[in-house]
Amino acid sequence: MSQREINLSINGKTYAAAVEPRLSLLDFLRDHAGLTGTHVGCEHGVCGACSILFDGVPIRSCLMLAVQADGHAITTVEGLCNEDGAPGPLQDAFQEAHGLQCGYCTPGMLISAQALLAGNSDPSIAEIKDAIGGNLCRCTGYVQIIEAIQLAASRLREAGQ
Amino acid sequence: MTAATGDAGNAGAMGRNLHYVAQKRRVREDRRFVTGTGKFVQDVTLPDTRHAAVLPSPYPRARILSVDTAAAEALDGVHMVLTGQQMAADCNPIRLGLKLPEVKWYPLAVDMTRYAGEWVAIVVADTAYIAEDALALIQVEYEPLAPVIDPEQAFAETDLLVHPGHGSNVLYHGHFLWGDVDGDFAAADDSLSFRARWGRSSTVPIETFGALARWDAGTEILDIWASIQMPNFVELLASTLGYPLNNIRLHQDVDVGGSYGVKRGIKQSVLVAYLARKLRMPVRLIEDRLVNMAGGDAHGPDRIFDTDVAFTNDGIIKSLKIRALDDAGAYPGRAPFQLAKPISAIVGPYTINSVKYEAISVATNKTGQVPVRGFGQAPTNYMIEMAVDAVARHLDLDRLEVRRRNLIPSDAFPYRIPSGSDYDSGDYHTVLQKGLDLARYDELLQRRDKARAEGRLAGIGIATCLEPGGGNNIFEYLMDPTAEITTFMEACEVKVDPQGRITGMMGTTTSGQGHETLFATILGEELEFDPDEIRIVHADSLSALPTRSPVASRMAIMLGGAATGAAGKIKDRAMAIAAFNLDRPAADLEYSGGTISDRNDPSRKLTWAEICFIAYRAYHKLPPGMEPGFHAQFVFQVPGGGQLPDARNRVQIYPCFSFQAHIPYVEIDPGTGKVSVLDYAIAHDCGTVINPDIVRGMVIGGLAHGIGAALYEKFAYDGEGQFLSASFADYLMPSVHEIPDVKDVEHCTPSPLTSHGQKGSGEGGYLGAPAAIASAVNDALHPLGLTILELPMRMHKIEALINDGSG
Repeated sequence: MSQREINLSINGKTYAAAVEPRLSLLDFLRDHAGLTGTHVGCEHGVCGACSILFDGVPIRSCLMLAVQADGHAITTVEGLCNEDGAPGPLQDAFQEAHGLQCGYCTPGMLISAQALLAGNSDPSIAEIKDAIGGNLCRCTGYVQIIEAIQLAASRLREAGQ
Repeated sequence: MTAATGDAGNAGAMGRNLHYVAQKRRVREDRRFVTGTGKFVQDVTLPDTRHAAVLPSPYPRARILSVDTAAAEALDGVHMVLTGQQMAADCNPIRLGLKLPEVKWYPLAVDMTRYAGEWVAIVVADTAYIAEDALALIQVEYEPLAPVIDPEQAFAETDLLVHPGHGSNVLYHGHFLWGDVDGDFAAADDSLSFRARWGRSSTVPIETFGALARWDAGTEILDIWASIQMPNFVELLASTLGYPLNNIRLHQDVDVGGSYGVKRGIKQSVLVAYLARKLRMPVRLIEDRLVNMAGGDAHGPDRIFDTDVAFTNDGIIKSLKIRALDDAGAYPGRAPFQLAKPISAIVGPYTINSVKYEAISVATNKTGQVPVRGFGQAPTNYMIEMAVDAVARHLDLDRLEVRRRNLIPSDAFPYRIPSGSDYDSGDYHTVLQKGLDLARYDELLQRRDKARAEGRLAGIGIATCLEPGGGNNIFEYLMDPTAEITTFMEACEVKVDPQGRITGMMGTTTSGQGHETLFATILGEELEFDPDEIRIVHADSLSALPTRSPVASRMAIMLGGAATGAAGKIKDRAMAIAAFNLDRPAADLEYSGGTISDRNDPSRKLTWAEICFIAYRAYHKLPPGMEPGFHAQFVFQVPGGGQLPDARNRVQIYPCFSFQAHIPYVEIDPGTGKVSVLDYAIAHDCGTVINPDIVRGMVIGGLAHGIGAALYEKFAYDGEGQFLSASFADYLMPSVHEIPDVKDVEHCTPSPLTSHGQKGSGEGGYLGAPAAIASAVNDALHPLGLTILELPMRMHKIEALINDGSG
């Protein structure tokens, strides 16, 4: 199958690759860029495990082709870490509040929460639910995830003061 | 959103001052997951790995007349196409739980398909994309046959058989009688009967099943990485492949993306193992979502209960007659045993005097059933709670009052139930009261009644349920007296290295339950070291000590017990070294944070570093006869077990019984039938909580799972056996919008049988929520004179019930 050249930025780093036009962005991130933090859940756009930030906007990477990402900037869960790879502030709040169990939906949850907090450091519970409404979690029942996002928001506000 | 208002009451519960157990501490596993550095099976990469894809049958029941793989094999990048006949020629049927020699289960369908979605062929190619391309080139000629879909029909059927060689669709049919049921029914003031149906749903982890295998021709070892959670998985793999057990090495340091019982991909693992050896290349199979839902063999119980209840005019329940008919699907695996485990708590938390239990497992042309969270206890708890509510309704008594009259009193423990289990401990009335207080029950009643006065359908649910924990599978013997297995153990190894650092080795995978945190916490508590400095690793199956895996709400009890035992041996060894070197009897010495000193002269002491040096480097200072090194192994047998049933089929099954009281509040839109769960209070007692965040998460997560089973989730088949729920748009899992604010509170009634008073907690939320939601929906429908006793209570069903009474 013919291949297309793409250039994109992932977590601030530039990637150039030749890919089949049918390659999903999700598979590109995992299998070509080696960023396995983004997870495969349903591949039909419902579960949200594959969520990434696409030019700052949360999207499902299973529903987009790698070639469509040509020229765009992507953030994955790895990009939320501090430079030394330690958990960033949102990730630390998820740890502190135990907003996860098996960890499989977690990268998608973090991405959705990151997108929310980027524009709103004082979200209501309804706004939090709205932000993660497209991310399925089977382990937690969501309560500790909401608490983790609230904790991250309160720390953000404290840091901003 | 309310945090646990926590009279967790753990510290001191066992008369000990706990430093790490029961304390709010971070969960060590979380760090790798939040940073995206967990290692799930899909993240394991080996050079030259090839990718497999499977071809599902479009028919629920059909003869396979021919399979033409030539065009698929000719596709560039394809390495092999394997059919059922080829696979069956080289493997044994997958061993089932019950001995059913004519129910032959192979990884791929042989000659006949038995459910829509059953795998007919598998392709291995350079990429998963090419493998899927090749699937479209396989030509299969089928002769479709009429399927058997309805379980009652399957039970009665003599011609339409899922496994003709078996001679019937009945996989198991047993009768149990515990106590004088006829006498209790005759003496009771009143009785009633009802039918309740538990729908076909499952746990549906967000990660599907995946497996990766590599055959090492040099060492002749099959290495396998799989998202597995299953006892005896490697034994099953070996028996199916015909390999010696020690030719297989399961890597158990793979993170499992949720399981809750179902990650048992035995056919998947057999296939990749076989193909990897055949092709001399690593082969991996990652189910896609549609394949997983239709043909991953991961459906749960699908059960019809017909129950008779005998009771007094005061609402005291005297006896139950239960007939449970369960639809195991085409290949039963261990499904029939999900009718047997609930025998461990067959009367729930109530003082019911006698029980008659008829258990039937039938095969149908549907996907196979596997163990699901609670191993059949959730459906049984649902039925028992519906019985209690029905008695209350029949007598026009308050549901709470009926429960209070029937709950086992706190001074009656250990309490032996008719089927022979001793409930270890409990304080059900107090926990129920805590739940009511948390729910602000009086205000909730006012809220409901106000909503009703305004013309809305509003209801409060009440469920008081048990969670057996610990995993003693002697119930299998009740179904198969040749299964004389009474050993149910868990083990660990603890090493102290020359630096004095501690490493614990467990023998299984983990799938979100926080076992590493559990293990480190208990080692830290016992050895008096900061758990954060203790390393935990997962031994592979060749290195691991015996395990029964993390099923049956057992790891806090069993790994906790093993860790405590191993820590005790480490301390004994340290004490022996100190006694020898300090020239004091061990009775005069005391251990504190690794240092051992003379009680009478604390200046005489040996530090941890000195003990480690002696253990590893100073043979001349070791007590005579002691082996060098510093490690301990401990194999912990399940407490209270080890016995076969008596002549009346009475036996102690699980050792520990956790308890929960659920109080949800719902409203129903009469126009659409949509149920909204607006509030939820749960009071929970699993004895000592090892890590509060983990327990709270599992309780609430299980509860959310139970809301799904009650209202939304169903693996639906049409009358022709076509599968209708392959996608997440059809199989509806609750999102955050379906889960209410949950208020939770812990109570602690320690178990006298476990190392720190702990009991199981991984299943409890799920074991009560479906009953509680059903109770709430029926309370809401009560003013209309309607009841619904079928899960899931999907909105169209409730709407039909309200608007034309048809349901």
